[in-house]
Amino acid sequence: MATLSFAGVEKRYGVVQVLHRVDLEVADGEFIVLVGPSGCGKSTLLRCIAGLEEITGGELRIDGRRVNDVAPRDRDVAMVFQSYALYPHMTVRENMGFALSLQKHPETVPRVEAAAAMLGLSHLLDRFPRELSGGQRQRVAMGRAIVRRPKVFLFDEPLSNLDASLRNQVRVELRRQHAALRTTTVYVTHDQTEALTLADRIVVLNGGVVQQVGTPDELYFEPRNRFVAGFIGSPGMNFLERLEDHVVGVRPNDVVLGAGPHEAEVEVVEKLGFESMIHLRLGEEALVARVEGATPTGRVRLDFARAYRFDRATGERRG
Amino acid sequence: MRSPGLARVVVTHAALTALTVATIFPVLWVVKMALTPSSTFSMSVNPFPTEVSLENFSAVVGTHDATGSWLFGRQLFNSLLVSGITAAMGVTLACTAGYALSRWNFPGRDRMMAAFLLTQMFPGVVMAIPLYLLLDALGLLDSMAGLILVYSTTTVPFATWNLKGYFDTIPKDLEEAAMLDGASRWTTFTRIILPLARPAIAVTALFAFMTAWNEFILAATLLGDERAYTLPVVLNGYVGEFSAEWGNFAAGAILVSLPVTALFFILQRQLVEGLTAGGVKG
Repeated sequence: MATLSFAGVEKRYGVVQVLHRVDLEVADGEFIVLVGPSGCGKSTLLRCIAGLEEITGGELRIDGRRVNDVAPRDRDVAMVFQSYALYPHMTVRENMGFALSLQKHPETVPRVEAAAAMLGLSHLLDRFPRELSGGQRQRVAMGRAIVRRPKVFLFDEPLSNLDASLRNQVRVELRRQHAALRTTTVYVTHDQTEALTLADRIVVLNGGVVQQVGTPDELYFEPRNRFVAGFIGSPGMNFLERLEDHVVGVRPNDVVLGAGPHEAEVEVVEKLGFESMIHLRLGEEALVARVEGATPTGRVRLDFARAYRFDRATGERRG
Repeated sequence: MRSPGLARVVVTHAALTALTVATIFPVLWVVKMALTPSSTFSMSVNPFPTEVSLENFSAVVGTHDATGSWLFGRQLFNSLLVSGITAAMGVTLACTAGYALSRWNFPGRDRMMAAFLLTQMFPGVVMAIPLYLLLDALGLLDSMAGLILVYSTTTVPFATWNLKGYFDTIPKDLEEAAMLDGASRWTTFTRIILPLARPAIAVTALFAFMTAWNEFILAATLLGDERAYTLPVVLNGYVGEFSAEWGNFAAGAILVSLPVTALFFILQRQLVEGLTAGGVKG
């Protein structure tokens, strides 16, 4: 268990700056998700915490201790890699017990067995990674982290190699593990659904700059700029450029059809069972409405239950 | 799958048979030469011996030097010692060097790799005289240490390239995982990297051993005392300028090829893995 503290953390490769002054305080036991498009610096930030990348500016503290120059193995953090990075020549048991066996820890065997039982891996302990399915490998990778009882868990897109149904299942499992262990966790993903469902707080990154830090609700309901508004929520927010001086942002479920000041043309209706996506044309602009029940055709009047306004030039929120 | 036509089968098998005969014929001839007593040897094309005796083998194995001590035993020991240490040293140095070259980018790295490659381009004959002068200056002529040193200059660069190539294929994630698990660089190297590189190490070791075991030109140049000879030099002695003891030569050739053949069989499984490594992911 530990706190994490970033003060003006920067990362630079030669002239290329990939992280710009990251300031963030992570509370003990918190589940933080770093999210953003690919190349935004989220994985680099995670690797900086692990010590696999050196920080070129600022200060990083784990549990109050400055770790800028501390080797990965002395940071007491465990990481689950996207590739799982299981040792191919070791059995599941040896993989999970590797860290403790290096320390000649007396509890190696019971701890491995307890973690295996928790993850449903007990019957696979003597198999090699090549004999396991993708989901099982993923659980072994998690088990290897859990066995160590580290100060911080780091996850680097751990679900991206799993199929959709398994991904949902493991996501719930992760949440359950975190509720049981309450270990400070930093989780990287590019999938905003994963971010919203898992996080206590989300850090949205773009171009190496932190856009906003907040709870899933804060990011969804009070986005600070156009980037966050567009990135969080699915389907994404509609941006209407020509309605007012500012850019108007409306979430598809805030588009109310039937009455209102605007008139639009129904172009395409996507039926999704319980709900439908209505693709509309409002003047020269396209927008999507999410509705339940009957779907309109032809011309409809509409209103916005809630709209956001963003500065045309900077993208900052204006209302 | 459509079964191939009869004509095709016949042609394929005829070609394969011809190839097999062409490959085996010289080997059978050597066996025949080795087994036939030198007095009755004839140059007929029949690859099977008409008379069998172990006379040639006992002549080769039973050589003694002027002091009466067993010469062949001494020479076999020389060969095993030189080849064994060359292989062991080559692989040990190449493992650490190859790993460093694979994982770190340091000043002079590319030039070092190029220099290593360059050393492979000179044939032994070209190097024989300079090496002779060097070893003479160092007082290492006629010594096993000198020969090992000479062989290592060619095997270490080759082995380094070979192993570096294999280390490149081992994902970095595995090392990072080990380091986060609390392993030092050295532990990561010995517990994670080396076990995974086992097939490549086996191939490299075998190659280094064979190179040293079969090498003739440098050994013949640098060794003058028959008690320091390695087996290829001994073999050459049977085919002189004025007389050729083909029977002894053939028996010696068979004896010399036995250890390498045995090593091949022992390492077979590793070799196949080594040769196909990287073909399958994971």
